[in-house]
Amino acid sequence: MTSPVPHDLKYAKSHEWVRLVGDVATIGITDHAQHELTDVVFVELPPIGRWLKAGEACAVVESVKTASDIYSPISGEVIANNPSVIENPALVNTDPYGAGWFLQVRISLPEELEHLLSPEQYQAQIPA
Amino acid sequence: MLKRTPLYSTHAKLGGRLIEFGGWEMPVQYASIIEEHQAVRSKAGLFDISHMGQLQVSGPAAQEFLNHLLTNDVRKLHPGLGQYSLLCQDTGGVIDDLLVYQLEEHNFWLVINASRVDIDLAWFAWQHEQFPHAEGVRLENMSRNYGALAVQGPRVVEFINSCFSTSRGEDASALLPAALRRNQIGHYLCGGASVWVARTGYTGEDGFELLVPAANLDPVWEHLMTKGKSVGLLPAGLGARDTLRTEAGLSLYSHELTEKISPMEAGLERFVALHKPFFIGREALAKQQSQGVSKKCIAFKFTEKNAPPRPQYPIWSTGREEQPIGEVTSGTQSPSLGIGIGMGYVPPSYCQPETAIAIEIRGKKVPAVVVSRPIYKKAQDPKLSNNL
Repeated sequence: MTSPVPHDLKYAKSHEWVRLVGDVATIGITDHAQHELTDVVFVELPPIGRWLKAGEACAVVESVKTASDIYSPISGEVIANNPSVIENPALVNTDPYGAGWFLQVRISLPEELEHLLSPEQYQAQIPA
Repeated sequence: MLKRTPLYSTHAKLGGRLIEFGGWEMPVQYASIIEEHQAVRSKAGLFDISHMGQLQVSGPAAQEFLNHLLTNDVRKLHPGLGQYSLLCQDTGGVIDDLLVYQLEEHNFWLVINASRVDIDLAWFAWQHEQFPHAEGVRLENMSRNYGALAVQGPRVVEFINSCFSTSRGEDASALLPAALRRNQIGHYLCGGASVWVARTGYTGEDGFELLVPAANLDPVWEHLMTKGKSVGLLPAGLGARDTLRTEAGLSLYSHELTEKISPMEAGLERFVALHKPFFIGREALAKQQSQGVSKKCIAFKFTEKNAPPRPQYPIWSTGREEQPIGEVTSGTQSPSLGIGIGMGYVPPSYCQPETAIAIEIRGKKVPAVVVSRPIYKKAQDPKLSNNL
């Protein structure tokens, strides 16, 4: 039902993805996650400058029916959040790996990346 | 083990996302709640509401019995007409809200909430036992024999007649569903199926609700889907049903109505016929009418874009002395208005439209304003109204 997961990303069990460029991680939610949520109507993002710990709730996604917490896959400082998903929450549904990104973090503990799932590992844990 | 309506495999085939509701496995959406909602507002949507209960009350004392149990005045009806009504405890607390149709002189048909079917039936049976003319009343639970469909939207009227013929095979449009006024009900044939069609609905749009023998549900559904293609009819699930009724400011049992809430508190006074010499709950409700109530149902709208309000979020007063004053009972992001809307209960002093309030969302107070219902207003054709 959902497309295969991109190969250039790492994943968390809780359905967030991480794109790493240097020491900056861009974070969003997967296609599987947006499909489960259905129509996203609102996204609440952390402010720039906030320090996050891996596993900490850092954002909220509201669909028509429910509110869901988003957990930071890694520790670090929030250096950017995406005004487009605030303006147009439907981007999370239509382009979860691209324009629907949530936030960017300057990572503080690179060793945490080893605990993230590879595309194959993440693919294995979601229904086909 | 969840119950399924006869349309279960149709829902699955259409890609319906199935969830649990009132003990039933029902589609919350097919493509998208927002898309289905907008289809109903601009074109047409088709809902399976077969999980709702259906009760036939017949006999020479049926009218008297119903007037004894229900708040509205059943004597206002005649064959071919229905009304919204409430079933109350003698405390005035609501057991259920429902539609009652008079089909024939001594034959009434009630459509009741899926989540309250067992409770309602037990109440009716118990009241029947104690009723002085019990032998003049016959109760028959038709919930398994009949299903129901709701076809709603401004363009339904364009194709509805093409789905039916009259029982005598006539075609004259004056005798077909589009000629029904609001709350009227008629008997028609769809293919070979015998169907009651009422001009009622729970969406704030024009539309019809169909009472269909269980065995005919699938063919009637298919017939409507085929004829409705011309206007863009979409199947719609319970998710859209909820956003539509919230925009229309309509109560949902277990949210705006519970056994601890009276019709007076819910703002449904016009469906309570206090002039009736007696009905269960009359005394308590008459007292509330004269002495007032301590809480009142309001509808509200956010004044700026934010996360949507949801049931149980606290409602706060604003200004110098902010304090919690009540709770949200229904809330959502309005697909039509693009902003948070909802309903809840507050003390009567806060229920005037334009009163500023705030809804607490994850510790933050979001500004809102009390509005009158319906929250989403659409120009209504006065020809269609029949306020019973």
